[in-house]
Amino acid sequence: MSASSRARATPTPLQSLLQNAPSLLLAPVPLAVLQPLFTRIATHVAQSRPELFARLGPHAGKRFLIDPIDLPFVLVLTPDATRPSLTAHRRHERPIHDAGIAGTFFNLLDMIDGSLDGDALFFSRDLRVSGDTEAVVALRNALDDFEGSALDSVVGSFGLLSGPAALALSGLRAVRGK
Amino acid sequence: MSEAQGYQKPELVCPAGTPAALRAAVDAGADAVYCGLQNATNARNFPGLNFTPAELDQSLAYAHARNAKVLLAVNTFPPAGKFEMWGEAIDRAAKLGVDAVIVADMGVADYAARTHPNLRLHLSVQAGASSPEAIRYYCEEFGIKRVVLPRMLTVAEIAELHRQIPCEIEAFVFGNIGMMAEGRCSLTNYVTGLSTNMDGICSPAADVHYEEDAERNLTTRLGEYVIDRFACGESAGYTTICKGRYLCGAQTGGYYAFEEPVSLNLSALLPDLMRAGVTALKIEGRQRSRAYVKSVVSAFRKAVDDIMAGRDAAFASLLALTEGRRETEGAFPSKRWR
Amino acid sequence: MQSQTSEITLGPVLFNWNPENWRDFYFRIADEAPVETVYLGEVICFKRAPLFEPQFEAVASRLKAAGKTVVFSTLAEVMSKHERRLVESICAEPTALVEANDGSALLQLRGRPHHAGPYINVYNERTLAVLARGGTCNICLPPEMPAAAIGALCPEAAKLGVTLEVQVFGRLPLALSARCYHARAHGRTKDSCQFICENDPDGMPLRTLEDKPFLTVNGVQTMSHDYLNLIGELADLQAMGVSRFRLSPHSCDMVEVATIFRAVLDRGIDTAEAAARLDALKVGAPFSNGFYYGKAGHSWDRPRPH
Repeated sequence: MSASSRARATPTPLQSLLQNAPSLLLAPVPLAVLQPLFTRIATHVAQSRPELFARLGPHAGKRFLIDPIDLPFVLVLTPDATRPSLTAHRRHERPIHDAGIAGTFFNLLDMIDGSLDGDALFFSRDLRVSGDTEAVVALRNALDDFEGSALDSVVGSFGLLSGPAALALSGLRAVRGK
Repeated sequence: MSEAQGYQKPELVCPAGTPAALRAAVDAGADAVYCGLQNATNARNFPGLNFTPAELDQSLAYAHARNAKVLLAVNTFPPAGKFEMWGEAIDRAAKLGVDAVIVADMGVADYAARTHPNLRLHLSVQAGASSPEAIRYYCEEFGIKRVVLPRMLTVAEIAELHRQIPCEIEAFVFGNIGMMAEGRCSLTNYVTGLSTNMDGICSPAADVHYEEDAERNLTTRLGEYVIDRFACGESAGYTTICKGRYLCGAQTGGYYAFEEPVSLNLSALLPDLMRAGVTALKIEGRQRSRAYVKSVVSAFRKAVDDIMAGRDAAFASLLALTEGRRETEGAFPSKRWR
Repeated sequence: MQSQTSEITLGPVLFNWNPENWRDFYFRIADEAPVETVYLGEVICFKRAPLFEPQFEAVASRLKAAGKTVVFSTLAEVMSKHERRLVESICAEPTALVEANDGSALLQLRGRPHHAGPYINVYNERTLAVLARGGTCNICLPPEMPAAAIGALCPEAAKLGVTLEVQVFGRLPLALSARCYHARAHGRTKDSCQFICENDPDGMPLRTLEDKPFLTVNGVQTMSHDYLNLIGELADLQAMGVSRFRLSPHSCDMVEVATIFRAVLDRGIDTAEAAARLDALKVGAPFSNGFYYGKAGHSWDRPRPH
């Protein structure tokens, strides 16, 4: 989805519902329900953006713990070219990982989306990095090279479902006040 | 009128660590974008950063179609026995038609000047040429067309220098402010075994470690040495040795022995720099995101255009993007900084 | 490639010593130290140069009378009018042998025989050739050069008749800045420093927040805490074709240091004995040789007996 089509999106009852997405995500949804969505994201990125792995170099295949501190779950991303995975876990499970990135859901979203600078988030202490720092830097740089928005690309991949997914995304951005 | 005020329209030279950042810089109004290849031939040899030859080729097409130049930084120092990789970078730059190569090493400059006499050469800040005589040496030996000045001169000194050298001047206006003379710092190598000059790496991420305790006090470490400790909520900086806090007999408690985490921002001095005869204004930050590139380039594009049109330059705040969330004009206003 | 005779050289005093002590130090070097070449001159801060001016002639004469070659070193960081004038005054002496430490000196020395100091970035064959065609006859390599690169550079140096020199003892010069960190530590600026650096004959120690010794401040220069010690690598360096071995002066007994290094070059004592004698000097900091092995500069591989 381009910036112009995003601007064309008009508020709908569905969208206003989706503006409450964070509270939906906060609700005790069984992670099993969300997991197919995450798997889809990982597979799509791996298939459509093979250059990501070139940028990651030796760090492709490492396990990144992505911790949206205001949500009740964490994600483990393994950006492996052949077996990509993005899995959701309850925080107390403390899943095994090589590197960790923690911040609020919206800060992480905006950083992945290319609208917030990762170094600036680190300077302001809004982003925490742990473990393999080099892997985190490589992932950040690789994601930053995504044409347009990485999230838009993923949303576009949902085919028939891309309309509602796009609305969800724009709803999230609206809540963010951006 | 700006012409009457003696302003010369400067070229805005902007950083790009990835093709996406290059496009962001061009779209935001960069007159020129500088970038590097994915190896030790450039001084930002960081993981996940920089351009493959194919990406450089595509980026050149993108920039040239929009009247922007592309400069390739080949600004590290090849150790004996490994010169070939640097020679290949120069050959590639010439073949792809980059608008200039930014060099630091005398051997690399000599190779470029002799092998590709039509290739335009800029002298990198890494060459550390800070006097008229040193700059003339490089101009005479290698036909350097532009010098990127170290961030240690005052505006008055730059104006004075301008009158004494036969080449253009490029001056930094925003970004990371290196405290040590560029091209003459082995601090990273001393701690990590990777050389800023030979490997193009300052504070390699692989040796950077963050430790946050339960109270959210953050300890940053390079190799086995603690570089700084930030209290909960205190703004942080890069884990570079020259921005660290240390102990010494003359101070009670940790102090910033070299410089505080701070970024250079010369937006208020732009008119002075433009009057001093600076041909190009350089924004630092190839290691930063395209969000940074977009914000900083847009702000400086607007400011330069405002000044040229005789308007006061209204500047968007860039404080949120700065290291330690603090800005400085560094050495540029007066000698007291030294 | 061992055709050239090996020399011990004494680098310039990098610290702000009391001028009388400075003079007496060189007098003793002239009389007692087995060094062939002595580098003389202020490399770090133009403000210090006038302090040594009154003793300069006497020191140079005494060294020459003792049969030492005297090479005049120029400033490493040259920017202001004062700094440029200082470099100019040294390069203007047509008969003097000068060691250039920045590009401005290279411009002024081009066309006549001169040395290039460790502050000139000579890392590769091509740079060496550029300098050689301008008259450089001796190059003291940057201290971070690993053995592999030194070895690769030696044949080109031999071909062009340039001698190579490597620092083998003393704190490592790691960085230079326009700002004076000695002044800063004392709440002053470079202009208002009142020569506070004179209190630290081996530099001002910086420790990490964990109280671990780390760096040494010397005015605008930053050095290592530990002392470079390549006593165990001398034979390798000689075999590669390096012919000059530089000791960087400290307040410890430099005559003894020179004697030990000379003895190892002459195969008079073995490296184990030499290492023990250097340990006995108690320089107050550990030794290091990491750069030589392409590792972190502060690291230390104890010399193996030769």
